[in-house]
Amino acid sequence: MAINWFKYSAPSTFYGLAGKLIPWFALPAAVLFVIGLYIGFFIAPTDAVQGEAYRIIFIHVPASILSMFLYLIMAGYAALGLIFNTRLSSMMASAIAPTGALFAFISLWTGALWGKPMWGAWWVWDARLTSELILLFLYFGFISLHASIDDPRRADRAAALLAVVGSVNVPIIYFSVKWWNTLHQGSTIKFTGTSMHVAMQQAMFITLVACWLYAIAVALTRVRSIILERERHTKWVADLAEVKA
Amino acid sequence: MNTLSVWQLLVLVVRRDLLLAMRRRADVFTTLIFFVMVVSLFPLGVGSEMELLRKMAPGVLWVAALLASMLSLGRLFSADYVDGTLEQMMLAPQSLSILVLGKMIAHWMVSGLPLVLIAPVLGIQFDLSVPAQGVLVLGLLLGTPVLSMIGGIGAALTLGLRGGGVLLSLLVLPLCIPVLIFGTGAVYAISAGLNEAMVSNLALLAAMLMFSLVLTPWVSAQALRISME
Amino acid sequence: MLEVSHLACSRGDHRLFSDLSFVLESGQIMQVQGENGSGKTSLLRTLCGFLSPESGKILWDGTDMRELAEDYFANLLYLGHHNAIKDELSGVENLRISAGLAGIALDDKQAVAALRRMGLKGRERLPTKVLSQGQRRRVALVRLLLGNAKLWVLDEPLAALDVGAVELVQTLIAEHLARQGMVIFTTHQPLEIAGMEMRRLSLS
Repeated sequence: MAINWFKYSAPSTFYGLAGKLIPWFALPAAVLFVIGLYIGFFIAPTDAVQGEAYRIIFIHVPASILSMFLYLIMAGYAALGLIFNTRLSSMMASAIAPTGALFAFISLWTGALWGKPMWGAWWVWDARLTSELILLFLYFGFISLHASIDDPRRADRAAALLAVVGSVNVPIIYFSVKWWNTLHQGSTIKFTGTSMHVAMQQAMFITLVACWLYAIAVALTRVRSIILERERHTKWVADLAEVKA
Repeated sequence: MNTLSVWQLLVLVVRRDLLLAMRRRADVFTTLIFFVMVVSLFPLGVGSEMELLRKMAPGVLWVAALLASMLSLGRLFSADYVDGTLEQMMLAPQSLSILVLGKMIAHWMVSGLPLVLIAPVLGIQFDLSVPAQGVLVLGLLLGTPVLSMIGGIGAALTLGLRGGGVLLSLLVLPLCIPVLIFGTGAVYAISAGLNEAMVSNLALLAAMLMFSLVLTPWVSAQALRISME
Repeated sequence: MLEVSHLACSRGDHRLFSDLSFVLESGQIMQVQGENGSGKTSLLRTLCGFLSPESGKILWDGTDMRELAEDYFANLLYLGHHNAIKDELSGVENLRISAGLAGIALDDKQAVAALRRMGLKGRERLPTKVLSQGQRRRVALVRLLLGNAKLWVLDEPLAALDVGAVELVQTLIAEHLARQGMVIFTTHQPLEIAGMEMRRLSLS
């Protein structure tokens, strides 16, 4: 069956589609999150070296992975919007940014919580944590640039360019931070034991999927309100049942 | 009336911006004085223990250079934007990237080069050894143009926005982190006697300079077109 | 030949004009009319490529201006609200730079001669910040004497000018049209070109 993708690239049709899709992502996200955390907290065995404290990785690792992927996805959407001038892609980019920043923040927060029992300090200048901090700065840059430009079209395009420059820079930053870390012989977070217990793997995988589903559901919800705000003067918005009510 | 080649146009833009900077000399000096002041504040903040200062010197000088170059970035395009010159630049029959490159070069000569030249004097305050001084200056020489060029993208994106200066730093500073790391890394390496690491740090800086030279003028030109709308 | 077809332009949520089409041939002059805020300046800025139109096309000799890019700009002279001159620089310095940006190498003598023709004798080497508003506008207008741009896009060229300067601008435009040039402009003052049919485009 051929799907007409261009039909859904119009904000007016996508608005309805997104509304239908959200529950399909939100509900599984909630269920999987509960299951994943249950396995992680109650079934997975205690780590021989790190004790109970290691269990924070069931949140920390998915959050870190998501924050990095979301930046690239955001930059991808932004680039699409910049090149093909499609409004919906730019809206998706700005809908993803706060979620990405949230995951970067969670990753830092849980990293600090993990660091305290491991090294006796809330913050260590580990390469991955430092990169995560810089990633959070990049998200802030994107969000604040978008927020300070009044004209939405200029805001979309300017922020998109910044996101693309940022994504070119991300590998360089990551490499340079690792380089800096080895030069200064800083601490490195290493997961002890090469063989993770099966229950640990399951818990990690399930929470990761839950985080993905959550991110998609939230981005769709946010893009719906962005569409409403941008298209508030059009007829189709005025005709919506929820707007009339 | 003859037509200008790309090269002549580049020279024209650089000369114009230098001429303007000479007519507004105060701006050049404020950047330099800011740099000297920030660097001199550190010993007051952390104490005068020579061992500590020697260790901190490259980081302090580089961070101060980073902040000083942020100060003058706001002016890179704004004056030309306000008086309409930027519109004429966009209508130049040559590529806008060339003009932007010219402005970046002039910006570096006015706000980056003086920092490079004064760095050895400040290095003495921190009791840096002669080889370390040399590597520091070489690193700044390779790295400060990159700051001007990456900064140019931020300056173009924040053109005409309220609170542009702070926003500009917010956008540009994270992107400049690799320059900071390689620049200070080279000095640490020579101080620790790791000559190979020193060379590779400087080589990475040079690579970043080449990379920026090719890409940033074009990206900034695109950003300027976006900001002019 | 400049051909505009089905052009639409909006600022923010506000639609300025839509479905605007016209053709400007060599030797023709067109005045864009309309109230304040009707989009006169936006139209001229769209013709210069500063604004991208929401829909529609701008063709130069049959080719889209976006494709021509620099080759189109070489045919264009734009005079906006801003004078594009630096207060710190003298008239000669300003002129040589703005000529350079338009791709023209201008020596000192030529610059002085051009400024004198614009009625700035004796003020060629003063920093422009000591000049009056009208004199500064004259410095900006000197660009009309240089180069061989075929299409002039003039936004309020007569603002702040005295009677003598207005006459001079009218003469320059007449000469340009006689050379088969084209002019599209806005003005709030009367601008008459003897023996030329003035086309008018109303934005409302």
